[in-house]
Amino acid sequence: MTQFDFSVNGKAVSVSVDNEATPLLNVLRNELGLVGTRFGCGLEQCGCCMVLVDDAPVKSCNREVSTMAGKTVTTVEGLGSAAHPHPLQQAFIDEQAGQCGYCLAGILISAKALLEKNPSPTRKEIALALDGNICRCGSHNRIMRAVEKAAAVMRAAS
Amino acid sequence: MNAPVLPGTLNDNPVLERWVTFPAPGTITVNTGRVELGQGVLTAMQQVAADELFVSMSRVTVHSGDTIEAPNEGYTAGSQSIQTGAVALRQACADVRALFLAQAAAIIGCKASELGIRDGSIVRNGLSTGQDYWTLAGAIDLSAKATGTGARKAVADFMTIGHEAPRLDLPAKIFGDAAFIHDMKLDGMVHARVVRQPNRGATIGAIDEAAIKRAAKGPVEFIKNGNFLAIVGDNETAVDLAGAAAVNHVSWQNVERPTPLQQEANWLLQQPTVDRVLGSPEPADPQGRERFERTFTRGFVAHASISPSCGLALYKDGVMTVWTHCQGVFPLRAALARTLKLEPSAIVVNHVQGSGCYGHNGADDAAADAAIIAMQKPGTPVRVRWRREEEFVYEPKSPSMVVKVRALLDAAGKPADWTAEIWSGNHNGRPGGGSSLLGEEALPGYVAPPPAGEVPEAAGGGATRNAEPLYDIADKRIVHHKIVEQPVRVSALRGLGATANVFALECCIDELAERVGQDPLAYRLSITSDPRARAVIEKAAAMANWDPKAPGGEGHGRGFAFARYKNKAAYCAVVVELDVEEAISLRHVWCATDAGLVVSPDGVLNQLEGGIIQAASWVLKEQVRFDNDAPTGPSPFDWETYPVLKFSEVPEITIVLLNTKDEVPLGVGEVTGGPVAAAIGNAVSHALGTRVRDLPLTRERITATLLKE
Repeated sequence: MTQFDFSVNGKAVSVSVDNEATPLLNVLRNELGLVGTRFGCGLEQCGCCMVLVDDAPVKSCNREVSTMAGKTVTTVEGLGSAAHPHPLQQAFIDEQAGQCGYCLAGILISAKALLEKNPSPTRKEIALALDGNICRCGSHNRIMRAVEKAAAVMRAAS
Repeated sequence: MNAPVLPGTLNDNPVLERWVTFPAPGTITVNTGRVELGQGVLTAMQQVAADELFVSMSRVTVHSGDTIEAPNEGYTAGSQSIQTGAVALRQACADVRALFLAQAAAIIGCKASELGIRDGSIVRNGLSTGQDYWTLAGAIDLSAKATGTGARKAVADFMTIGHEAPRLDLPAKIFGDAAFIHDMKLDGMVHARVVRQPNRGATIGAIDEAAIKRAAKGPVEFIKNGNFLAIVGDNETAVDLAGAAAVNHVSWQNVERPTPLQQEANWLLQQPTVDRVLGSPEPADPQGRERFERTFTRGFVAHASISPSCGLALYKDGVMTVWTHCQGVFPLRAALARTLKLEPSAIVVNHVQGSGCYGHNGADDAAADAAIIAMQKPGTPVRVRWRREEEFVYEPKSPSMVVKVRALLDAAGKPADWTAEIWSGNHNGRPGGGSSLLGEEALPGYVAPPPAGEVPEAAGGGATRNAEPLYDIADKRIVHHKIVEQPVRVSALRGLGATANVFALECCIDELAERVGQDPLAYRLSITSDPRARAVIEKAAAMANWDPKAPGGEGHGRGFAFARYKNKAAYCAVVVELDVEEAISLRHVWCATDAGLVVSPDGVLNQLEGGIIQAASWVLKEQVRFDNDAPTGPSPFDWETYPVLKFSEVPEITIVLLNTKDEVPLGVGEVTGGPVAAAIGNAVSHALGTRVRDLPLTRERITATLLKE
């Protein structure tokens, strides 16, 4: 057993694993009970498992937990809650932006990373920022509208 | 006396308490056999029940998709949930309401017609009577059968149907709750991965257990039954690593791989066929009429669900309990009974949401995998999650198709006789339909069932779906060649044969219009008498500012297409505007749809938008290839070898709904596929001045067609 200390959604965590190569995604879902980050491919291709590591969007399905020591991880659960939604989450609800919703956690994280860097993205910039996330149901336009709406709300609040 | 003919699936499930119960004061539970696949159907059912029971939506809890309490409505498929499921629920609620009003009238001593219901309370002359659903419930026998005589609410009086209702299932997905079957955790649960039999009949040679265990870097156990091999353990990472390593450390005999030749639709033309003709025989003599013939093809297409399939099972005290994201819990129970050699009464199947499936993907098979393993580990809950590569290779594919259209034209260049000749595998490979659960094929003593039957024409047909034009043509027929032996498993994908058939039909209509120098829109209207069809055609044209004189060529084009799904469901007309250089970029899609009564307006728009984007993805990008290198079995592929439409590639979409207050609702999940495929085909032809008749319309195909010209 090897122990790794890092922070998830603002809380210090200490994780012990048999295999240092255990993916961050498995640690989040199986050790920490944070199932909002979904498994999609395990190949870093679909974006379902996107989290922020020190504010950068990272696909967590192949990211070894041993590389997380001392880092700050944010998952979809860390964005907000039903009681206190992040503006992105509220905008996704308002726009009913999703069908099956399996891709949404990863997309919310990618969108958060985009808005941190670029508070006023164009539709094209949003699309390119989300190209690393696959949506198979075809909710793309709703999702992009929701990101635009959240950006406007966040700009007005800042 | 004959039983009454009841609406939709109420006929098969007439007992009222299968649909509606009043479990506690102030609350109502409605059951539906339909399951949530991301289409928002449970929210629509809540709207229907609340309206017909005259209560606020918050009083209604929707219970869905188990084999104990929910009605048996077969599969959640074929755009039937609203068309046959919601109408059944609505009538059940109307019958229940009538029983309560009759009981209240007897107690109060008045006529039932003097009473009304306000949020569950019985009112007379607008005043409370002191009675409500819950005070009366004890005296009402809901084990009675529906009569279909309860008066349904008038469309004009709807309070929730046709109004916006936020989806019940979305918040959990947006806040990262345990929304999916993948997120289920049962006490003492073990993880499992299956080492897949490459094909039916393949047998295990050698298993290098030591190498697999080394790769696992943690304890794992092997479960073997015949040629069914699984790796099981407490630690998902170890099981995952072992499962991936096993692909290279288990050898198989009698492996049959699909060949690159088989990936092309024209392979079908060389195969033995089972033939039938639907309609009058084709005239041998054209009687002087000009003959027109074109051939269209489409390759195999994957469902490509975003989540690999997942199933959980627990075998305890002689009862097998299964959790699955499949489309039909009752058919799966029947198939599992055969696989596990258990009585159906000893199996409970519960639906839990997965990702969108768009048809028959690996969901049933993953559930069977879990159950097969659970049989060997009584008392231990087993969770199987397929690997991404496993889902791509082993999910049943939508079969490839060749569609040859032959028409005889009258003096004005209009079709007088129409033949659609189709070569296709079966679009119905669902468990219970004559096919097997994948894991079952690897078990000892497996005997393949006889081939599955086609989807009946009464249900819209499979390979033949929408092959017959809705246009005014005197003689029409379908010649259907079924190719039974397929290189991979084939089954239902959203729209079944309609995508390729409407692509062929509607591209031909454009070619025929062009032949007589007519605007394709005007040509369509000249052979369309169905007023609802004319309405969507004219609406889509108006939305897109359709210009009959818009110049083509130069790499910019627009295309039109129309279909009525299954020729008896929703109407849909589509205009596509796009640019073609080497590849296609979609600019805008306009869509006019008449789906009759709309329960959930935004839900309908969401389904139509999704259908448009998915169809665009099929047409621009998607074909399952068999020409990749593979160490074992069929070619593996992933999101790089099977790309789908990306955010930066989706078009703007504008949709208008017509006729939304009609009494009869028509499903919308599959209505857009054919029209979008054909409108893109027509727009590409308009942009290039040459036509590509083989799907997908990839960069390579477009370049090859241009070079041939």
